[in-house]
Amino acid sequence: MIIQNTKISTQNLDLFYGTKQALNDITLDIPENKVTAFIGPSGCGKSTFLRTLNRMNDLIDGVKITGKVIIDDIDIYDKNIDVVQLRKRIGMVFQKSNPFPKSIYDNVAYGPRVNGINDRSKLDEIVEESLKRAAIWEETKDRLKNSALGLSGGQQQRLCIARCLAVNPDVILMDEPASALDPISTSKIEELIQELKEQYTIVIVTHNMQQAARISDYTAFFYLGELIEYDKTKKIFTNPTNKKTEEYVTGRFG
Amino acid sequence: MENNVENKTNKYLTHKPLKYGKKFYFGEFVAEKFIKMVALVSIVSILAIFYYVFQEATYAFKKPKIEKVQVESQNSTANDKGDLVQETYGSAPSKTEDTELKQETYGTSSSKNEEPLKQETYGSATVKEEPLKQETYGTASTKESTTEVEKAVSESESENEAVYNSEENDNALNPVNLRKLILANDYVDDKPAYVWQPISEVPKYSFIPLFIGALKVTLIGLLFAAPLAILAAIFTVAFAPKWLKEIIKPAIEVLAGFPSVVIGFFCLMTLASVIQSVFHTTYRLNSFVGGLGMAMAVIPIIYTITEDALSAVPQYMRAASLALGASRWQTAWKVLLPAAAPGVFAALILGFGRAFGETMIALMATGNAALVSGNIFESVRTMAATIGAEMAEVEFRGIHYGVLFLIGAVLFTVTFSLNALAEFYVRKKLMKKFQGQ
Amino acid sequence: MGYLILILMVIAIVAVYFYKKKISLTKSKKLDERFFVTLTGLSAVFIIIFIAYLVIHIFLLGKTSLSWEFLTTPPKDGLTGGGIFPAIVGTSLLVMIMSIIGVPIGTITAIYLAEYAKENSIFTKSIRFAVNTLAGVPSIVFGLFGLGFFIGVVGKQMDVVETNRRLDKMEVVFNQKSSAFADDGMANGNEISALLAKNDKAYWSTQEEQVKLLSEVYGEGNPIPKTAAIKFFRERLQPRWGQPSLIWAALTMALLTLPVVIVSVEEAIKTIPRDLREASLALGATKFMTILRVVIPGALPGILTGTILTISRGAGEVAPILFTGVAYYLPDLPNTVSSQFMHLGYHIYVLATQSTNVELTKSLQYATTFVLLALTFALNFTAVLIRSKIRSKAGSHS
Repeated sequence: MIIQNTKISTQNLDLFYGTKQALNDITLDIPENKVTAFIGPSGCGKSTFLRTLNRMNDLIDGVKITGKVIIDDIDIYDKNIDVVQLRKRIGMVFQKSNPFPKSIYDNVAYGPRVNGINDRSKLDEIVEESLKRAAIWEETKDRLKNSALGLSGGQQQRLCIARCLAVNPDVILMDEPASALDPISTSKIEELIQELKEQYTIVIVTHNMQQAARISDYTAFFYLGELIEYDKTKKIFTNPTNKKTEEYVTGRFG
Repeated sequence: MENNVENKTNKYLTHKPLKYGKKFYFGEFVAEKFIKMVALVSIVSILAIFYYVFQEATYAFKKPKIEKVQVESQNSTANDKGDLVQETYGSAPSKTEDTELKQETYGTSSSKNEEPLKQETYGSATVKEEPLKQETYGTASTKESTTEVEKAVSESESENEAVYNSEENDNALNPVNLRKLILANDYVDDKPAYVWQPISEVPKYSFIPLFIGALKVTLIGLLFAAPLAILAAIFTVAFAPKWLKEIIKPAIEVLAGFPSVVIGFFCLMTLASVIQSVFHTTYRLNSFVGGLGMAMAVIPIIYTITEDALSAVPQYMRAASLALGASRWQTAWKVLLPAAAPGVFAALILGFGRAFGETMIALMATGNAALVSGNIFESVRTMAATIGAEMAEVEFRGIHYGVLFLIGAVLFTVTFSLNALAEFYVRKKLMKKFQGQ
Repeated sequence: MGYLILILMVIAIVAVYFYKKKISLTKSKKLDERFFVTLTGLSAVFIIIFIAYLVIHIFLLGKTSLSWEFLTTPPKDGLTGGGIFPAIVGTSLLVMIMSIIGVPIGTITAIYLAEYAKENSIFTKSIRFAVNTLAGVPSIVFGLFGLGFFIGVVGKQMDVVETNRRLDKMEVVFNQKSSAFADDGMANGNEISALLAKNDKAYWSTQEEQVKLLSEVYGEGNPIPKTAAIKFFRERLQPRWGQPSLIWAALTMALLTLPVVIVSVEEAIKTIPRDLREASLALGATKFMTILRVVIPGALPGILTGTILTISRGAGEVAPILFTGVAYYLPDLPNTVSSQFMHLGYHIYVLATQSTNVELTKSLQYATTFVLLALTFALNFTAVLIRSKIRSKAGSHS
């Protein structure tokens, strides 16, 4: 499979927690402005792999990474890389919605503020635009000053997406963003992802195979820390090359 | 790749293309350095406690040299100035006498060791004041006063002769050495005796009476506190209905918040009289009263830790025991308590440490006479109380000062190692019990 | 009094008996169970009743003296009458300075331990161990440290520096042409004190006694030679920092309560979920920004609890200040950090053990004790409330 417009590419990536190897020799290319899904049974390393893409694993003691992650021709594990600058480019949406215990407005304005934008009118504009883009403006425009913790789970997750959009990332990493949500909220998030992919490269981890099939363009199947198969989503779900993949997508284990 | 702001939500933020090279965050750098520095200061000052208490204790073993004597007399000038000031602060001019009187009215009248000691203290203080005051007038060199000075000095010298002589002896032989601190340092009626008389012609510093005093008070305290607190904790965890739990726990937190001076005050004013009327003791303030005071201070500690340990016993253990037909009491006694034993043990250790080092209760309720005796109704002087009572009056970095620091160092070592023991022991044992299976 | 306790115990037994009747038991184990439940219950109830008795007893005996005047006037007649105003002020000042110094340092140390220090390194472990065990070291040992280090080393050193500076300045002033010494090298006491007041009023007002003593020695109005005056001051200047004072007592207390602050702030920081930090970092915030905007706001209740517990401890502890700055009676309120001060707890101690007439001051003593108790209870109660809120919040997160 040949991928054009590669945005992120990893080469021979290994990851160790202490002495335990969690990722084994992962090499894959993620295309720009597409949705790429990572699937696999729990504990297969797909979330860990996602977190290596914005160096979130740096925060965990005892993690050792070898190999390369190249974004826009830059190796992000190079010693000379500024992690803060990197993370502004690579947004992240977490499995459990995690709005700050602040108002809705302050949540979205957090990113611009830490980037030095403190002008009220500019912030207003950014907040409105981000919330609109995340399809939650209508629900929240009358209560921007209320605590974000008062929103429902699905709304909180979309707020987190808006918060992430407010710093203009190129890539959005989503770690099972809909796993804790009801079907209606899930479908809203999925619609949102479809809209966002026009402008952002989206990488999504999911254990819901239907979801991967519905929203992604490319799918990678992970098993026990290894990349088993990576291809167009259609191919993975209709005609997988590997036997393990077939067993997994047809629901025989996992 | 330049990201195209036009299509993005935030048109005020442009990212430069990702490139190698770290940005220098000045604020971040300063903040991190600042945090590390402040943390270092606080950690160093915590460690400085370890160092300083021991370092100052070495003054106990320093042999005063000849020049040192002069320095000391200068120092004592400073001290006596301090005394003068103190005197003026005191509202009643005859404060010192009052205190003595007061001691007597409390009925510690026949504590023979204490009385001469006290009198010596005050006596020497007043004697010293005189010549020194005069000396300063002397520097003013008016003739009338010189004669007075001479007179006063000769008077005080005759009074102080003994003291000076003993100081000369001290030059040759410091009264403090390790052997004298822990072995008999005096003979009373031809029997070896352990004497704490820091202010006398020949100062005698024996740790034994202080250590025994502290031990007595602590053990009496634990004897009362431990059963009460442990039983109460068992009751709270195993038998009490919810509403009662919600009374017991805050009530004990209230007791934990009692300043020790309040407990000491209660013992001194109320409890001592009660005990005297019940047991008809000779001394109103004695180690028994002090021990009861310690019990009040220690109950919350033992209760809280025991209660924590008991409630940490997994529910399935209790359920299993009850399911086998054991009564609730049998469950508590044969399952809960053994499982929580390390916690209970830690509670006792920490309680011991607290009582051993408690100052105000000991100072107010034990009578403060350094006696070696097995009788629980005799007055005692604990280590902590000795520091509290004597430190304000000693000469800076003199022998007595050093000895008091040495007591502090012993207290510190004892309580610190008890705490360490409790922490290690409990952590290891409890973890093994509940997790390591 | 003994009867009172006996009566209370009887009440306790009756209370437990009634409670225990509710429990249904199988017959074979009934006796055993009954006995032990009674025994443990009795212990618990005894403790509670005793605490209640303690509080009520102190209140009842003190209430005759409790009044607005008691709280707002200084003691009089050799501590046998009047109020406790200076002690309240002294305690508040002590506690305030202590918290201003101790709370930020403790908070920052906790932030360091929680955020910057490597979690499992031996260094961090040993610091944490030292902090935990230090909490159990007797408070009197801290007092020793305050005396030996703060007063004996820091204060004495400051005095050497300060006194030399003042004296040099003083000599310069004495040698000036306009000074009273200029014509014949002599000046009388009043002239000297005027000269010194002009020179540095704040400092010399703390040395008033010495100036007075100098003129007393020579007799009122008699001329004093310049060299003699300089010599006199060189020898007799009172130490300002190298003596027990408010600031050293406050520093000692700050150190004593440092473990309290560190532990409660760290506990609060740990309740902040990891994903909030990650969210902040993923938005391109630096570590310090994350601490400033996410961690500290989240730890605020913990910082508050730590502060309140610190204050409560600072208000109640007497042992560490015994020889680092407290005084029995001061006619004036402390006006600088180098003054001595009165303290509620120490005041109780003084009244109870040094008073000339115990019976006369009994109600004063109980009233003072009640004020101190009320103060610490109020503080502790607030801290407990805040802490239970934090705990329930932490519970809902996990």
